[in-house]
Amino acid sequence: MSKICGGIFTSHVPGIGKAIAQNLQNDPYWKPFFDGFNPVHQWLAAEKPDVAVVFYNDHGLNFFLDKMPTFAIGAAERYTHEDEGWGISFDRPFHGHADLSWHIIEQVVASEFDPVTCQAMTVDHAVAVPFELCWPGKDAFPVKLIPIAINTVQHPLPSPKRCHDLGKAVGRAIETWGGNEKVVIFGTGGLSHQLEGERAGHINVDYDKFCLRNLAPDPEALLQHDTLDIVELAGSQGVEIINWIAARGALTGSVRELASNYHVPISNTAAATVLLSHSERVLA
Amino acid sequence: MPPFSRLVTEGKRAIPGTLVFDGDTAQAGYALNAMCYSFNTLANRQAFAADEEGYMDRFHLTETQREAVRQRNVLGMLAAGGNVYYLAKLVGIFGLNVQDLGALQTGMSPDAFKAALLEHAVTETRVAPKLGKDGRLAA
Repeated sequence: MSKICGGIFTSHVPGIGKAIAQNLQNDPYWKPFFDGFNPVHQWLAAEKPDVAVVFYNDHGLNFFLDKMPTFAIGAAERYTHEDEGWGISFDRPFHGHADLSWHIIEQVVASEFDPVTCQAMTVDHAVAVPFELCWPGKDAFPVKLIPIAINTVQHPLPSPKRCHDLGKAVGRAIETWGGNEKVVIFGTGGLSHQLEGERAGHINVDYDKFCLRNLAPDPEALLQHDTLDIVELAGSQGVEIINWIAARGALTGSVRELASNYHVPISNTAAATVLLSHSERVLA
Repeated sequence: MPPFSRLVTEGKRAIPGTLVFDGDTAQAGYALNAMCYSFNTLANRQAFAADEEGYMDRFHLTETQREAVRQRNVLGMLAAGGNVYYLAKLVGIFGLNVQDLGALQTGMSPDAFKAALLEHAVTETRVAPKLGKDGRLAA
């Protein structure tokens, strides 16, 4: 049976992609953020997961307002990142795992979710930047990708509880897959930030720390706020925390925080990176 | 944490300084956002830069939207239904980054806006003591 070895949660600011493209990892502005990935690199080198299931939101690369799915699951054998309007496109392709995607789709629909299924899709910086952060360099990515997009663009957004439940259904689906793949779960986006309006530049360190403190031991604490509460607390893009909430839901067993890095600001964003281990049983 | 605003305007929850992009806004802003979505393609960005009015014609922007674009008025674009995820593709053509965008909307200078972000500056790092150099949890 396949196993979920852990979760990686990280911000996905486009500026991080630009910093990678310009090799600024050791620049004083960027270093405190990039250093947060040192434990992640160690852990990935040891665990060597085969598949990454990524909960993220599309910012207008694959989806537009003409058709805006609340939840969409990729079921392709290959995905690419493309120019999102500012001339950066990462050229390493993402290999998919269509059979596991379809298994997840079957299982979550059996759990009464109704996702859009995508046999052809591009993935934006919300997938590409975390992959570049986790596996820097030019070698082919060592994991296959299953992207799961959550609408954080057009309200009404799915509730945090609904996202958490979707994550649980995805976690159960992975655990019942007959293969022997090792799977890592990603939640990308956040933490607090707001790009637009008179409140542009809004950052809420207290709310972010509340999320970081509770993510591993008590994720249900994050469900007490509805999506508009989160917009008010964390900013209109800070609501991307629902991707983290979904990803945390997929870790249905015993969870421990291995590393956490919170660094403000990166661009207009309170940036964070968290690494959680996951095992079916409680570790001694 | 401060209490929630719980303000209600026209039957909707109002969040200070924040436009919630909902169905009403998405309908009002469709043409503007569709134009911005087209800027994922370099050739379209170049076509817009070469002939802004002609390009706005193609996407049937409303006069209010056109005027906001002409004036580089970001709050005006938002009020006309623009969504920042798509507007970000437009303001890039104008050579503006998200700090410039924040400055334009808040009436600050770019340096003052960056300084305001830095007022929140914090770095907090935790690494589990049991995470060995090999990246595995010790028993």
